[in-house]
Amino acid sequence: MSHYRKHRHHHSRALTDGSPPPRVAVVAGLRTPFIKSGGDFKDLSAVDLGAILVNELVARSGLPLGEFDALIFGQVVPSQLSSLIAREVVLRTELPRSVPAHTTSRACATSLQAATEAADQILLGHADTVVAGGAESLSDAPIFASHKLAQALVNASRARSVPEKLKAFSGLSLKDAAPVPPALKEPTTGLTMGESAQKMAWENGITREAQDRYAVDSQRKAADAWASGKFAEEVMAVDVPPRFAKIAAADNNVRADTTYAALASLRPVFDKRYGTITAGNSSPLTDGAAAVILMSEGRARELGVKPLGFLRAYAYAATDPGDQLLQGPAYAAPIALDRAGLTLGDMDIVEMHEAFAAQVLSNLQAFASRKFAEEKLGRPEPLGEIDPSRLNPNGGSIPLGHPFGATGARMITQALRELARRRGRHALLTVCAAGGLGAAVVLDGPEA
Amino acid sequence: MNASTWKNFRIETQDGIATVWVDVAGEPVNTISRESGTEFQAVLDLLEKDAAVKAIVLASGKKDGFVAGAKIEMLRDVESADEAERLSLDAQAGFDRLEKFAKPVVAAIHGACLGGGLEWAMACHYRVVSNDRKTQLGLPEVQLGVIPGAGGTQRMPRLVGIATALDLILAGKTVKPKKALAIGLVDESVPPAMLLEVARARARSLADGERLRPAPAGMVDRLKKDPQATLQKLALEENFLGREVLFRQARKQLLAKTRGHYPAPVAALEAIQAGIEKGIEAGLQAEARLFGELAISPVARELMGIFFATTALKKDNGTSDPSVKGRKVESVGILGGGLMGSGIAYVTTNAGIPVRIREKDDAAVARAFASVAGIYDGRVKKRSMDRLEKLARMRLLTAGTGWEGMERVDVLVEAVFEDLKLKQEMLRTFETLNPKGIFATNTSSIPVGDIASASAHPETVLGMHYFSPVNKMPLLEVIVTPRTADEVTATAVALGKKQGKTVIVVGDGPGFYTSRVLAPYMNEAVMLLLEGASVEDIDAALVGFGFPVGPMTLLDEVGIDVGAKVAKVMHGAFGERMSVPEVMGKVIESGRLGRKNGKGFYTYGDPKQKKVVDVTVYDALPGGRRRKKIDREEIVERCVLQMANEAVLTLGEKVLRSARDGDVGAVFGLGFPPFRGGPFRWIDAEGSGRVLERMRRLEGRFGLRFRPAPLLVEQAASGRPFQG
Repeated sequence: MSHYRKHRHHHSRALTDGSPPPRVAVVAGLRTPFIKSGGDFKDLSAVDLGAILVNELVARSGLPLGEFDALIFGQVVPSQLSSLIAREVVLRTELPRSVPAHTTSRACATSLQAATEAADQILLGHADTVVAGGAESLSDAPIFASHKLAQALVNASRARSVPEKLKAFSGLSLKDAAPVPPALKEPTTGLTMGESAQKMAWENGITREAQDRYAVDSQRKAADAWASGKFAEEVMAVDVPPRFAKIAAADNNVRADTTYAALASLRPVFDKRYGTITAGNSSPLTDGAAAVILMSEGRARELGVKPLGFLRAYAYAATDPGDQLLQGPAYAAPIALDRAGLTLGDMDIVEMHEAFAAQVLSNLQAFASRKFAEEKLGRPEPLGEIDPSRLNPNGGSIPLGHPFGATGARMITQALRELARRRGRHALLTVCAAGGLGAAVVLDGPEA
Repeated sequence: MNASTWKNFRIETQDGIATVWVDVAGEPVNTISRESGTEFQAVLDLLEKDAAVKAIVLASGKKDGFVAGAKIEMLRDVESADEAERLSLDAQAGFDRLEKFAKPVVAAIHGACLGGGLEWAMACHYRVVSNDRKTQLGLPEVQLGVIPGAGGTQRMPRLVGIATALDLILAGKTVKPKKALAIGLVDESVPPAMLLEVARARARSLADGERLRPAPAGMVDRLKKDPQATLQKLALEENFLGREVLFRQARKQLLAKTRGHYPAPVAALEAIQAGIEKGIEAGLQAEARLFGELAISPVARELMGIFFATTALKKDNGTSDPSVKGRKVESVGILGGGLMGSGIAYVTTNAGIPVRIREKDDAAVARAFASVAGIYDGRVKKRSMDRLEKLARMRLLTAGTGWEGMERVDVLVEAVFEDLKLKQEMLRTFETLNPKGIFATNTSSIPVGDIASASAHPETVLGMHYFSPVNKMPLLEVIVTPRTADEVTATAVALGKKQGKTVIVVGDGPGFYTSRVLAPYMNEAVMLLLEGASVEDIDAALVGFGFPVGPMTLLDEVGIDVGAKVAKVMHGAFGERMSVPEVMGKVIESGRLGRKNGKGFYTYGDPKQKKVVDVTVYDALPGGRRRKKIDREEIVERCVLQMANEAVLTLGEKVLRSARDGDVGAVFGLGFPPFRGGPFRWIDAEGSGRVLERMRRLEGRFGLRFRPAPLLVEQAASGRPFQG
């Protein structure tokens, strides 16, 4: 029995008095196109991308600028030059400078974290209208100096004379001068994301074919969604400053012509001999930004704003990173559903972040596994199976891309718009994140 | 004179330093008047006698301005050259006393320090400025047709050198703190919060006998420090021959630039030269004499007339009821991000107001962003704005292809293609989305009432006619229909002022005011062309009259097709007297649209080469390439009379609210020569009787199109001027 079996009693109001939990309206959502790093956004920082996005979101919302009470924003890989992205975003938009802001982080679940914090603030009565989102620029990722070089630079900056400045560098060797790229590595396990996912694929028996088939399917759904104009309202075109000569109007990792054969021919990345994870069945490194505007139901009604839907419940959970790093959704989802007073069967849509096809398939396996439910969750029944037609109906992070800080907000908007199209009532969102974290959010459609 | 009765000064003495606050009672800015001049002498008397006062700081009691210059009314009211000269001599004497004052005087300058204000500061012993963007210094007198009359032409060259002084005085340029410090106009530039403290400390040091300015460097040191500038100064300023060259060059450039229309810069040059060559006493005498002559000159009168007209317009809310307040404008929408739309977006974001542009597709959106950014980049390049400020302004701009966001704008400016149906469709869509918003059409020729007829509430519809390029052209013509609400008019007028425009409000009708008075002027030029005049002669004649460009060049600039389209509208509205010569159709059909397609009355090939008339244009015209010599005076007379008579018609029809608005509109919107004051002041100066007589003579020759306006006949009969 693992210590994860310790019982948690998550009594939501829904369970105690039968009424639905208080909820918060999502009145608008928007994202930039997601562009593979090194592409059209390569000269933009996360702050730039966030500001472009939020400025357009705010302008499109048609809400008076005085309505905005706060902005919560995040990025996962820090920028070198701005330490507080949220405030920098406010200062780079037409939002009044009096709008307070804070940066938040929960790795790949960062913009879900921003949204649920915003919802908390609204339910507490601290705010009526909050912008929540995130941005990522891996084109602008920080390259660190080695520890020795960094110390030498600091010492040199304190030195008063040229000889003293030079002396600061005297103990360095050539290898100390080499820049150190940021690691997407779990510091405590020493494994990268990809290596952890590969481990999950092996342990859960997820085959290469299953992964590639999943990826092809997700690519096709994303391409169909673009082709049918479903994304037109939720993705802005970015005219790339400062020249405005380039226009990024669509995600550039979505490929309508992806075939199973093409994916099957790719070489595995993380283990050349036995590996099954390839560039084709993983999410790419991506630049982009996404955000939503959350509002108290009362204020939305007063202003006559028609919500896209509602944030009904959420939960965060965690597992041992050394176990199965990206299995977090399987831990968080049951709690969020309990808090919502709903079951997986009530969900018209499940949006599951696709870090890797192997991870999605592992999460789905855990959702359906009685053994997992009993041993890991201490629940008698598994959560259940998900009808494939309800899972990521317009594609997920593998085709669309995954700017870490932006994915959660993308999923909220994408799910709510699809719920509206389907006249559905509820959606479940899950995100796996570094450190063994899992996030789950339950949304209500506009009619629910 | 008792200090307690002063209306312009307050003195505050502490620790031996007297701070003299210039604070003209009841006025938002400090100006110099006879009264303040007299009071200042009393201030000096008092400070002279007060043994407790060791040194003096001269500062402004106004929050954001030092002294803006002499009170223009004082100049306007002088009746003779002698009187004006005496005014100048008195001011010179006053500042002379200040300069020779036994106790040190330090000027603490924040905000505008212009004209007499700068002459005042230059007479002080030391100048400290705030390094604030509101601070600017200059001698802009020539812009009003006069020259600095209180020693400015003498002290400025001695402070900054002859070449720099000529550059600043002859063009009436102003400089910012950084430049002022670099050229030596001021001694120190400090943060605004430190201004008084530093000024007082310097005053104390001067009183203690400290030398604050380094002794003039020797030639060797100067050469070491800045060889190029030193050599240039040596060659041009510090020897007789060089100075001759310098002055001759400056005079030549001036005459080329002003074409002899503006005597003030030439006079300023003369005063400066007199002072340099014959000494400061002779210089001051020349300055006072020339000042006196200029003050009553027709050019100065007209320029001051425009100054007062624009000042009056600044206080005008655009309606007949001065108590009407406009709505607060917190955001502006713009339909169309082309040349006009992006220009309007620039002036609006530059005023700190968020703008939302709607364009037809992503590429057009990107072009709109690029075009607004381009205007800002130009300013950054010219250093009239810093990069961070540009970015801050650009953030106020968003754009998209949908109507999203237009539901919250307070004013929507429509700048789409000139097509009634399209504009009406835009209006209807906007109203369903934003029932309270003001719809302002930037049409230049379609009657606003026709557009407003599609509205469910026409009281919120008006015209805002900007001129191209919007970032440079100073005029905004606001067009109201009989149904436009006053509050809506006042909102548009206030918005225009925030955008930095001079705003006139005119009635609805084909061409409103500016396009309408321009049409017969342009038509007449085309008539002359058909009679055989050459393109060069027509343009040269009207440039000679004082227009910045001639009508043929103008037609090339706006587009020959656009001109023809407007002309057609006018013809339709006003009938035969505005009939368009048919041959213009042929010119356009031959693919000649003007500068935009590189084919017009002139050639537009190599931008480095001087443009010349494209003689092939004559092949489509009667007379062919052999042109007839038509007297320039006749060209001017016919074209200008057409414009002036049409202006009188619009006043008679109450399209114009006043002759003042007509003059301002023509000068700022059409380039009517400022020194002629505008069409109404021009008629006044020529005499309405004489103008009427010339109209009748031309009517005899050419018929209907020269029929005098009824109001002109009336004015001529009564002998009353249009502008009193």
